Amino acid sequence: MIPVLFFLAAAATLAGALGVVLARNPVHAALFLVQTLIGVAVLFLLQDAELVAAVQVIVYASAIVVLFLFVIMLLGVDRAESMEDRVPYQRPAAIALGVILLVELLVLAGHEWATGQPTASGVPLEGGGFGGNVERVARVLFTDFLWAFEITSVLLVIAVVGAVVLARRSGQRGAPIDAPEGADEGDAGAAEEARV
Amino acid sequence: MIPILGADPLFRDGIDGTVVLIVIVKTIIVFTVLLVAVMFYVWFMRKVIADMQNRIGPQRAGPFGVLQTLADGIKLFFKEQSSPECADPPVFRLAPYLAIIPAFMAFAIVPIGGLVPVAGRQTYLQLADPGVGVLWLLMMSGIGLYGVMLAGWASGSKYPLLGSVRASAQLLSYEAALGLAVVGVLVHSGSLSTRTIVDQQAWTGIGSIVSQWYWLPAIGAFVIFCISAIAETNHPPFDLVEAEQELVGGFHTEYTGIRFAIFFLAEFMNVITMSAIAVTLFLGGPAGPALGFLAADSWVNVWVMPVFWFTVKLLVLLYATVWIRATLPRLRYDQLMALGWKYLIELAFLWAMISGVVVVGAREGWNRWVTVPAAVAGAGIVLAVLWACLPRRGEPVEEIR
Repeated sequence: MIPVLFFLAAAATLAGALGVVLARNPVHAALFLVQTLIGVAVLFLLQDAELVAAVQVIVYASAIVVLFLFVIMLLGVDRAESMEDRVPYQRPAAIALGVILLVELLVLAGHEWATGQPTASGVPLEGGGFGGNVERVARVLFTDFLWAFEITSVLLVIAVVGAVVLARRSGQRGAPIDAPEGADEGDAGAAEEARV
Repeated sequence: MIPILGADPLFRDGIDGTVVLIVIVKTIIVFTVLLVAVMFYVWFMRKVIADMQNRIGPQRAGPFGVLQTLADGIKLFFKEQSSPECADPPVFRLAPYLAIIPAFMAFAIVPIGGLVPVAGRQTYLQLADPGVGVLWLLMMSGIGLYGVMLAGWASGSKYPLLGSVRASAQLLSYEAALGLAVVGVLVHSGSLSTRTIVDQQAWTGIGSIVSQWYWLPAIGAFVIFCISAIAETNHPPFDLVEAEQELVGGFHTEYTGIRFAIFFLAEFMNVITMSAIAVTLFLGGPAGPALGFLAADSWVNVWVMPVFWFTVKLLVLLYATVWIRATLPRLRYDQLMALGWKYLIELAFLWAMISGVVVVGAREGWNRWVTVPAAVAGAGIVLAVLWACLPRRGEPVEEIR
């Protein structure tokens, strides 16, 4: 049962990844990305990492790719791209880098110093007794890694503030300041409508 | 064992043919019950709204018109399916299923009844009880968003596109508020599992309505959850996704026949699922008084009464949604976004903070009459600061250079 699920999920993940690269239409590529991400979520699930799987689906497969799609639709770039390269040597460089990455992965995957000690599935880790893995992640995140957690949240806040500042600076002409977030989308939608 | 199956005692002794059969039967029952429930809900909605507007409503098909939805469904099934010339055919065909399948799957975590004996096994009347519990709802509503979004885009037509861009912005915004409202309950329950949350709200007497059920200790979360659940299901007054005077029909303008019916089904199914989740989280799920004159382990008290109480609570919430639909006018789009981003998310954060203080206070044995006002006052100060920072309408804002 588990190996069957693993191969199904792995095949879906790889097919999705190929689709992301090969699809000519950006929206199709985004959909293949969703397939890949959900496949990875299933793989997490098979590793008993249900919280990671849930977060993978909620954050990556839904929120982030929806934002991708949002941008694709708003910018109106949702038609097939021409395959001509603007940057010369881009394609051979990409292939070379891809091959290097693949070799690196294959080499690293075989070494314990890179992947850590293998653990048997279903055997609780040291310091168990916190119940399911949601509790365990929470416990570790808010005690051992609290500093890193807080630093990361500050980093994200900085990114959000920076994005707002940049948007404000370039959007001075159009959007009045009292307009809520939604009005920006409304304006963009109206612009889209006018262009169509 | 696969963790998504959760802590159901059915899986405790390993998985054999009987267990698989029980799970399959449960799946089929949930599937059928949801379909019938949608059929009933649509009829119920039309009938109640008709009563509220002094009309008769559906009355021809079946007794009291109860088969009207079925008739409509059959009609839609036999109608021609058209597809616009600019449509993107694979995505156009895929979109309805991306809407309906998560709508079905989200219901899987709802506990409909208690522990029941089936074929010598004990199992919960609930399809799945994953360790991630309520997060499953957020996962499914996140995937369901694609149905709406891609339907609009793949139609290759401008009104559906505008409708779907609107819809995805709305759903994404309110998903945040919805998730934060759920936190208000999780802080009290200490567990994500819907089964655990329901067990904590078990019936111990009439007082458990206020002492056990989470609607009172998490009243703020309850209100925020209800508002964002209504918005998340595109239910009026938040149905801007299909605001007909602005967008013709919204994201499903170009859909006809059974594909349209599938969107329709998914939408109402989401209303039912969200109501069922609200019952689970805040109103005790299947908790309710058993029939005292029967033995505690008689089949009526084991099978019927929990399902009965669950259904009663669900019907109360569904009636409330119909009532809202018949009463409130649709919001403007900027009002919708302002409500979500400027109020609900902040209030949900503050409520989570208050709940945290109250729960920790109760655990540490602090004086409740000190901690609760202190938490509320602290939240009030934060709110006041936020309020003072909010730009006022028409106020000139200095340029950032």
